[in-house]
Amino acid sequence: MSPYLRALSAILQREALRFLTQRERFLAALVRPLVWLLVFAAGFRAALGLSITPPYQTYITYEVYIVPGLVAMILLFNAMQSALSLVYDREMGSMRLLLTAPLPRWWLLFCKLLAGVLVSILQAYAFLAIAYAFGIRLPPMGYLWVLPALLVAGLMLGAVGLFLASTIRQLENFAGVMNFVIFPVFFLSTALYPLWRMAESSTLLRDICAWNPFTHAVELIRFALYLRLNLEALGWVALTFAVFLGLALWGFDPARGIMTRKTR
Amino acid sequence: MIRTTVSALALMALSAPALAQEVWISNERDQTVSIIDVQTMEVVDTIEVGARPRGIMFSHDYSVAYLCASDDDTIQVIDVETREILHNLPSGENPETFVLHPDGRHIWISNEDDNITSVLDVEERRIVAQIPVGIEPEGKAINHAGTIAITTSETTNMAHWIDTETHEIFNNSLVGSRPRDAEFTTDDKRLFVSAEIGGGLHVFDTETFEEIVEIRFEIPDVHPHDIQPVGFRLTEDMTRAYVALGPANRIAVVDIENYEVIKYHQVGRRVWHMAMSNDETLLFTTNGVSGDVTVIDLVRQEPIKTIQVGRFPWGAAYRPADS
Repeated sequence: MSPYLRALSAILQREALRFLTQRERFLAALVRPLVWLLVFAAGFRAALGLSITPPYQTYITYEVYIVPGLVAMILLFNAMQSALSLVYDREMGSMRLLLTAPLPRWWLLFCKLLAGVLVSILQAYAFLAIAYAFGIRLPPMGYLWVLPALLVAGLMLGAVGLFLASTIRQLENFAGVMNFVIFPVFFLSTALYPLWRMAESSTLLRDICAWNPFTHAVELIRFALYLRLNLEALGWVALTFAVFLGLALWGFDPARGIMTRKTR
Repeated sequence: MIRTTVSALALMALSAPALAQEVWISNERDQTVSIIDVQTMEVVDTIEVGARPRGIMFSHDYSVAYLCASDDDTIQVIDVETREILHNLPSGENPETFVLHPDGRHIWISNEDDNITSVLDVEERRIVAQIPVGIEPEGKAINHAGTIAITTSETTNMAHWIDTETHEIFNNSLVGSRPRDAEFTTDDKRLFVSAEIGGGLHVFDTETFEEIVEIRFEIPDVHPHDIQPVGFRLTEDMTRAYVALGPANRIAVVDIENYEVIKYHQVGRRVWHMAMSNDETLLFTTNGVSGDVTVIDLVRQEPIKTIQVGRFPWGAAYRPADS
């Protein structure tokens, strides 16, 4: 096996072990979107009003509308959780061990990113299965089509998390950053309301939502669930992924990155 | 010989193009009929018709469509192939809804403003009977045996039972407030009547004329006042009723063996009437305020598409392919 694949396999195994031993984390990741779906959505059924927005072909209930947003929420929280574990790894010293492996840094970080995304995807599917049990039916092939969308969106959010992890050294600071990032990113997106609904209250809010990369991740997932490719969303997600991965690689570069400046 | 026969068949096939499955929708405000191709689920044609089109149905052989042009006080006859209005038939004043007798010749019409039920002979093109009924007649039904006609009157809150031979009312049944639509089960043993303001679907025994049950509807996030049953359809096997609930914007799926509501489907605003495909796999609902038609897949039991039509779609009629 090539050293690259060995590193990938080792990192995946480590992440899988962590996932299996931290069942509470898995449950917590599921409970969060389920509370939104079963409690919040029930109270806000009128929020959507009656409208048909692509990719939907007919009128839908609010519960159906927010499912893609909640799937993206799982990816977002997991990306931040993954980034948090990176900061923890750095504090514990295992990060240094990982980065001193005789392989390119970008590959190691990418493996770390990919491992986190795969765990997120498992959780996303578990959520979709529970939503199905509660009567939220999506096109059967949509469950398959959404897989690449989950991967791309997960990588983008993971890259954002990686970048944040590269800029923060202490665990205590990261909790604050998480709240600072997660809530605006989630609420200022199409996860809970369509853009036209946002525009009704403020065009500025609508514009912010339209620019938010998380919105594009949500829409990429939403369209994929309904067997459609949203090229614009894919483009934005890919661009955001590239930018934040680049920034993260720069941040983790001991010669130039933020790590160097922080450790001085 | 064989070659000649094959050529003749090919020529026939070319000269008589197969007709697609269609649903015809009357647009009350636009004075048009939208024609939806069931295969593509798109509007393929729009026909200009008389003023305030409401009730719409096909002849038994699907060669013509009949349309209530309410404000023109006429029933229009439309050729299905050419989509041209062939002629107008007398209807009495302000025809709103109608039903075709199993004989395919007599149309029973509700004349809303005159409190009359008119009987039209489509072959002789004349009204053969006018029967005084309650105030604002609306819903119409004829049993499968062709012996009983029903007229519901909105303001009198009654279903009038009329003998189709003598044209006499032989019984009246009190229904919930503002009865809108009526239909017999396939075996003619039960009559269903929807009550718009009353909010229920009433079921009557056709032998005793007694009410068997009133089916009620409850939707968690909809105010009870907005649950207003209007048009409905019963399935051939007498297991399901699909009920349009007006401003509740839902179609209720009712188990009519146990009289229980199984499910509600989300559709457009103020769902009014509906048409069902002959194989009972698709339902087309007219959503008046949102100006569209929602297609519900009855096998999967889920709405699959909503199609924009004219303003205030009212009635719907289904025509199978190659008919």
